Amino acid sequence: MSRLRRAGRAAAAGAAVLLLRRRRRPAPPEQAGGGVADAGGAPPPGGRVLPEGRPDPRAEAGTAVCLVLAGVAAVAFMVLYGVEPDTQALGVALGACLAFLAAAAILAGKRVVVQERHVEERPPMADPAAERRAARILEEGAGGISRRRLLGGACAFAGVATATALAAPLLSLGPGAPRRGRDARGRWGAGVRLVTEGGTPLRADDLVVGSFVTAFPEGAEKEDIASPVVVIRVRPEEIRPSAGREGWAPGGIMAFSQICTHAACAVTLFRYPLFREPGPAPALVCPCHYSVFDVLHDAEPVYGPAHRPLPQLPLAVARDGTLRATGPLSGDPGPSWLLTDT
Amino acid sequence: MIGALVRRLDRGTGSAGLLAKGLRYVFPDHWSFLFGEIALYAFVILVATGTYLAFFFDASMAHTVYQGSYEPLRGQRVTEAYRSVIDLSFDVRAGLLIRQVHHWAANVFLAAITIHLLRVFFTGAFRRPRTANYRIGLTLLGVALLEGYMGYSLIDDLLSGMGLAIGYSVALSIPFIGGTIGTLMWGGDFPGSGEWITRFYIGHVFLLPALIATLIAVHLALIARAHHTQFRGPGRTERNVVGSPMWPGYMLRSGGLFLAVAAVLVLLGGLAQINPVWQWGPYEIWRSTNGAQPDWYLGWLIGALRIMPNWELVIGGWHVVPNPFFGGVLFPAIVFGVLWMWPTAERLITGDRREHNLLDRPRDRPWRTALGAAMVSWVALMFLFGAADRLLVQMGISYEVQLIVARVLVFALPAVVFLVVKRACEELRRADPPEPAPAKPAPAQRSTL
Repeated sequence: MSRLRRAGRAAAAGAAVLLLRRRRRPAPPEQAGGGVADAGGAPPPGGRVLPEGRPDPRAEAGTAVCLVLAGVAAVAFMVLYGVEPDTQALGVALGACLAFLAAAAILAGKRVVVQERHVEERPPMADPAAERRAARILEEGAGGISRRRLLGGACAFAGVATATALAAPLLSLGPGAPRRGRDARGRWGAGVRLVTEGGTPLRADDLVVGSFVTAFPEGAEKEDIASPVVVIRVRPEEIRPSAGREGWAPGGIMAFSQICTHAACAVTLFRYPLFREPGPAPALVCPCHYSVFDVLHDAEPVYGPAHRPLPQLPLAVARDGTLRATGPLSGDPGPSWLLTDT
Repeated sequence: MIGALVRRLDRGTGSAGLLAKGLRYVFPDHWSFLFGEIALYAFVILVATGTYLAFFFDASMAHTVYQGSYEPLRGQRVTEAYRSVIDLSFDVRAGLLIRQVHHWAANVFLAAITIHLLRVFFTGAFRRPRTANYRIGLTLLGVALLEGYMGYSLIDDLLSGMGLAIGYSVALSIPFIGGTIGTLMWGGDFPGSGEWITRFYIGHVFLLPALIATLIAVHLALIARAHHTQFRGPGRTERNVVGSPMWPGYMLRSGGLFLAVAAVLVLLGGLAQINPVWQWGPYEIWRSTNGAQPDWYLGWLIGALRIMPNWELVIGGWHVVPNPFFGGVLFPAIVFGVLWMWPTAERLITGDRREHNLLDRPRDRPWRTALGAAMVSWVALMFLFGAADRLLVQMGISYEVQLIVARVLVFALPAVVFLVVKRACEELRRADPPEPAPAKPAPAQRSTL
């Protein structure tokens, strides 16, 4: 009962507001000039704040048409979503809906509603009096303290210590540094067989001159930065190994770490015997930043941003014809960091 | 009716005064002021579409065998992250549309911020009282770059994997602390055990968006505090703002801009394919492709990494400064550092410490405009050289020649651009001198609201 009465009262109030608005409307006072000056917080009783709008029936009709078309496109989107959710059709339907809404809003904003060029005074920004006052409030709040340095020092100590303590658990996120030296060179070592991505042992006969294959240490995690090596074959007499690497390329077969020493991309381009640039010589090339490594000479970088050679894996052909490592990688694989061991 | 609503609002919150003030807030009209708004609206769309995508994305590096409806990938060993994105693209209704809208919105977001930054720089809008807000905007750009990088890295397709490898190497290259940063991000050596994706995911969907939203909120609050800048013109002074009030015209027009941005992004998302990850295939550390390109906003860094000679500072066996540092860290640090310090530098050079609310025409500040143009040409050159591999692969243009040309231009181009632009500004200014300093505003024009 009381709810009904309250609703009735609200309705009466609403009607009164509407009536009052209607009655006030016919007599808007003229505003002088293009820019309307607001006078203080409240407009004069019965006066306007904004200039009176001028009706533009064509713009109103255009806005209405755009809104209806937007609704139609929205319905089309829902139908498509349910029946034939084709990406292009969905995009066109929803895009059209939004485009019509945009057109309606812009048209209404430019032609339907009140147009006004308004001049507003800027609020003052930097204010020396306020600065002095704020500084004084801050300072005077600590006015009666006698042992400032003691408290300041203690506060600094507690603050630094607490902040460090709160940050300390972040150390649980991981080890503090990449592996290096022997740890970084993965499972490679004397006697480890080279296997293909599918896990079959790689045989020397599988490789003709010009071959390029990715291989992994048998039984090891393939997704370790030390694991993938490129195995290539060139004519043995071409190779110019440095001292100590003479026996590393049986029959011209060589293996190098496949991870570029510049920025860790996979070295997947092998240019042999003919090659397109960049860079001279039959070479391994990283496609990310075109670092080029001279495979005939220890995979030394000869072009592009890489600074270190690709670590080499010394190879031998076992009695059964499979390829085996005869030692670890010649350096740390992957990109350089402070303690990279070369 | 409206009166009753406002009364209710005011009795409940006491905010009618603020509302009246806000509705009368003036926006000066100029097309170049819209880029900031476009960036804001693109961010809104990014949050909306990104939230939807998160319902379907599986941030996991666990391996699975793809069995979905995209035939060429069936039977391939992929990660759950990659699988979930392929499923989202082919087996979720409207999934591909939303994903492509998200990706396009990211590209537009960064483009809009960049153009907005150029507008602010060349018109001197960064001067007092907006120096702090300018730096907040710069920070936003940096965070948005990282956010975009993290986003496309999550999918674990071949392109994102190559980007991750490079990102890891750049992190490692930071002198002394790089190893720690790299292993903290990846939970160990790259490619790690899959912990990185949890970290990137929480960064991409929570930490960085929250940071961006906060910075945007502060950015807008500080704009409202100082009010907008405006170009010189009749009736416009340092002490006033002339333009359209928020209500009703500007709100409708700006709302229309939001809808237009959304419409363009949805049409792009529906009609223009972007990042078709099913074609790239899954990432493994031993895979890469020739001619791969990241999203446009990282192109300048790729170019900088490529153009560097293979220097690496090695002292006593310690790789103090590995090579990727120069292009991946130092170069963007110089660009951001110069932009960050520019307001201070200009104050010191010109001795002008006053507040400025009227914008400069770029020609009226030949030094600033020429320096800015030189910087833009420098970054643009790196950006173009970032695409050198595509010019080689697709058009057969010699990479070696491109590299030589780029290494010459990297020094010559900014110098030439500086001289040409400075001269052009001076000539333009001579032909069309700036208006004399505006007189104090007539009291009748002032509003006390």
